[in-house]
Amino acid sequence: MSPLLSATDLTKSFGQTKALDGASMTVNAGEVVAVMGPSGSGKSTLLHCLAGIIRPDGGTVVFDGKSLSGMPDGPRSALRRSEFGFVFQFGQLVAELTCLENVALPLRLGGVKRKTAEQRAREWLERLQVADVAGKRPGEASGGQGQRVAVARAMVTGPRVLFADEPTGALDSLNGERVMRLLVSTAREQGTAVVLVTHEARVAAYSDREVTVRDGRTTEIVAANL
Amino acid sequence: MTISNTLLGLLEAGPRHGYDLKRAYDDRFGQDRPLHYGQVYSTLSRLLRNGMVEENGVEAGGGPERKSYAITEAGVTNLETWLTSPEDPAPYLQNTLYTKVVLALLSGRSATDILDHQRAAHLQSMRELTRRKTTGDLADQLICDHALFHLEADLRWLELTAARLDELREQVST
Repeated sequence: MSPLLSATDLTKSFGQTKALDGASMTVNAGEVVAVMGPSGSGKSTLLHCLAGIIRPDGGTVVFDGKSLSGMPDGPRSALRRSEFGFVFQFGQLVAELTCLENVALPLRLGGVKRKTAEQRAREWLERLQVADVAGKRPGEASGGQGQRVAVARAMVTGPRVLFADEPTGALDSLNGERVMRLLVSTAREQGTAVVLVTHEARVAAYSDREVTVRDGRTTEIVAANL
Repeated sequence: MTISNTLLGLLEAGPRHGYDLKRAYDDRFGQDRPLHYGQVYSTLSRLLRNGMVEENGVEAGGGPERKSYAITEAGVTNLETWLTSPEDPAPYLQNTLYTKVVLALLSGRSATDILDHQRAAHLQSMRELTRRKTTGDLADQLICDHALFHLEADLRWLELTAARLDELREQVST
């Protein structure tokens, strides 16, 4: 079975700095893959290339048989909206909208009518156990609630891949735990693959396997049987 | 197990007498717990019996005879297996792991590989605990969390050591 998403031999520089230097990885449908590595190792750049947010200087990214690296900006953005979901460390919710409107936003941008979009958004807020903040603005919700709203917003379109970049980075242990449990369990229920960038081993432990990035290169070591 | 493999690791560079071995061990690894002579000789006779070392001549002198020991091929294989097998992830592994890393650096083996394989073993163990935690009751969660935090501390040590390998390589080579 060919992978749902694959990156092969990616290179990417920002000025004189080489962020990726021959990075490769694959993601199969429905699996949770952690991308780990020290700060500045290139893990976020790898995620951005995989998600088609930035173009690599060299190498290829293929999603479901289609090359993202060669795709024009318009179709690439459309594919990103319909097939991918994103959760970042913070700052991804629109401060002026309520949490419900935030979750409904990707559906509205995809042309879904307000009533239907808000109905589905409400279901997702319930699933992430944050229905009580539906009418509040993100600034009125706690950090943990805000991240669960962000997960609901990322999942509401039924993406095939969820990209999560340090999703619990700004949370305490208990709230981080709750976000990870809900993120991974809802993704597994929906058959959504997850690419999870983290430097925290306890967060990576929710994954099925782990890819390590060091100096812009990837390695994957499978644990020996003890 | 750790002491006998450490002695094998020290013998890999060349034959030594029991006394030299003890000194080398104490200098590198025995700051808190130097070896007793009895431990050195009982370990060496066990290694001799198991074919991991062989006698390499006796130095004549006024005092007690000083047998010299050399590592055998079987000893090298045994050492290699020990160095390249991750330890069963458990708290307080630092001493064994530190020993493995230093021996790898002394013998020109890849210390990064040892740390990477240990890291993979730790993460695998953390995955299993996380799975158990997500399906278990609160008691299960708390027990698993305790183990997870300890494993995470070990992992941080592994990462920090990996980042300091060049520095450590320089120090052990002097």
